[in-house]
Amino acid sequence: MKILVPIKRVVDYNVKVRPMADGSNVDLNNVKMSVNPFCEIALEEAVRIKEAGNADEVIAISIGKTESQEQLRTALALGADRAILVETDSLLEPLAISKALAKIIEQEQADIIILGKQAIDGDNNQTGQMLGALLDYPQATNASEVNIDGSSLNVTREIDGGLQTLKLKMPAIVTTDLRLNEPRYASLPNIMKAKKKELNVIPLSDLGVDAAPRTELLSVELPPSREAGIIVETVEELVDKLKNEAKVIS
Amino acid sequence: MSILVIAEHDNNNLKGATLNTLAAAVKLEKEITLLVAGSECSSVVSEAQSADSISKVISVDDSVYKNFIAEDLSALVLTIANDYSYIMAPATTFGKNLLPRISAKLDSQQISDIISIESDDTFKRPIYAGSCIATVKSNDSIKVISVRSTAFDAIGMSNSDVEVVNIDAVDSFGLSEFVSEEIAKSDRPELTAADIVISGGRGMQSGDNFHLLDSIADKLGAAVGASRAAVDAGYVPNDYQVGQTGKIVAPDLYIAVGISGAIQHLAGMKDSKVIVAINKDEDAPIFQVADYGYVGDLFDALPELEAKL
Repeated sequence: MKILVPIKRVVDYNVKVRPMADGSNVDLNNVKMSVNPFCEIALEEAVRIKEAGNADEVIAISIGKTESQEQLRTALALGADRAILVETDSLLEPLAISKALAKIIEQEQADIIILGKQAIDGDNNQTGQMLGALLDYPQATNASEVNIDGSSLNVTREIDGGLQTLKLKMPAIVTTDLRLNEPRYASLPNIMKAKKKELNVIPLSDLGVDAAPRTELLSVELPPSREAGIIVETVEELVDKLKNEAKVIS
Repeated sequence: MSILVIAEHDNNNLKGATLNTLAAAVKLEKEITLLVAGSECSSVVSEAQSADSISKVISVDDSVYKNFIAEDLSALVLTIANDYSYIMAPATTFGKNLLPRISAKLDSQQISDIISIESDDTFKRPIYAGSCIATVKSNDSIKVISVRSTAFDAIGMSNSDVEVVNIDAVDSFGLSEFVSEEIAKSDRPELTAADIVISGGRGMQSGDNFHLLDSIADKLGAAVGASRAAVDAGYVPNDYQVGQTGKIVAPDLYIAVGISGAIQHLAGMKDSKVIVAINKDEDAPIFQVADYGYVGDLFDALPELEAKL
């Protein structure tokens, strides 16, 4: 059984992103780039399934610039067996990314595709579901538990107010939520070994998908800021302010 | 061309986020149809008929839609999608799960989580955990849009007897099967619908200590939330999470306890009307957005707060 894990190169979680001075986009000059945290959780889950003897191969795939090879090497160090970069200099929208992924999945005949529920740059939360639609595969988003049951997957999903369990016939799409697992760190020997693992680069144009942008980014601005208020000295003063000044409690 | 809004409901009642989504649709100044797909959901259809500003309710009542499986709902919406130029749903777990499946089949690039409508093709939405706001123009002929409910005030429910059209269900997709659901029973309001929210962060130090928040929440009729750090630390389940990757809330009063105020958390609560921060670190960024800050040990402050309420 094969598991495919898409990996996105994004601005590191700890970077505070700001708009460029002319407001045309976000300023990504000289910022640290990393693997999208939800993709790390997805990869960890795939590697655990393989370690439990339920999968033969874990393939990491990224779609983006040459530099995305860094994130694929990280994925290889974390346990992926091989990696594929679909190379393009354009910044693709989720629909185009899904189309490219669908092509690769058809070639690779993966049984499970595990993705992060969203990337922390665009915050779209679309790619997994779009991929499910394009391939007509079943999906379970926001997974907090994944179990293999013969030719099916039992996935527990985090929904508003609780949990829902679905049984999906494979091949299937899973997107990960925070509590699915805690990703490991790459060890030095594994980082060294990852350098020798296979990383194939395929130009996006070879896939023959329509990747033309459908949206235009007109501007990027800072959100309206909120003024800091006052510091109260006692809890009693706080309660008094909430009752008599803000009038939000009675 | 007109707008199709997909109602979120639980087969008994409309969810509040549906009314916020309708409010966003109203701003586009086009005819609005509300789709209610569910099972034994006639009470939802009646409720939908009183929603202001809509001109039609489409009802599909079939056991296929009992658990709102995205594969089945998307197939249903696709049978009518081409009659509309906008397809909208709330950016809740329900809408996030469903809408991209529809969008991909329509070959349209969805616009997620909009917070304002600038014109009939241009929208604002937060990116990078709310650090920036992007203004995005969609060039697709059918625009698929999820709506951040806290950014739009719910429409009223004073319409009467809006026309209902029944349409047929589509055969089940068959590859996804509902197994079970565990919905936490709580007497407290839902996080996204509560007037008051009290949230704990890593400063709570353990899941057990959340009972300090529970007893205050009970006195105030508040919902209890948490920061991502508290969820990551395993103190509380993920559905408590307020933030860019969790729930977006905008209550009248938000009380942040032991929460430092990471950007990803602020993205989920900074539209609250009044924000209170209780934290022992006076330099915590949460104080920069708080209307009222209290610098001190939460384990002293919380029992005192409960006693004084």
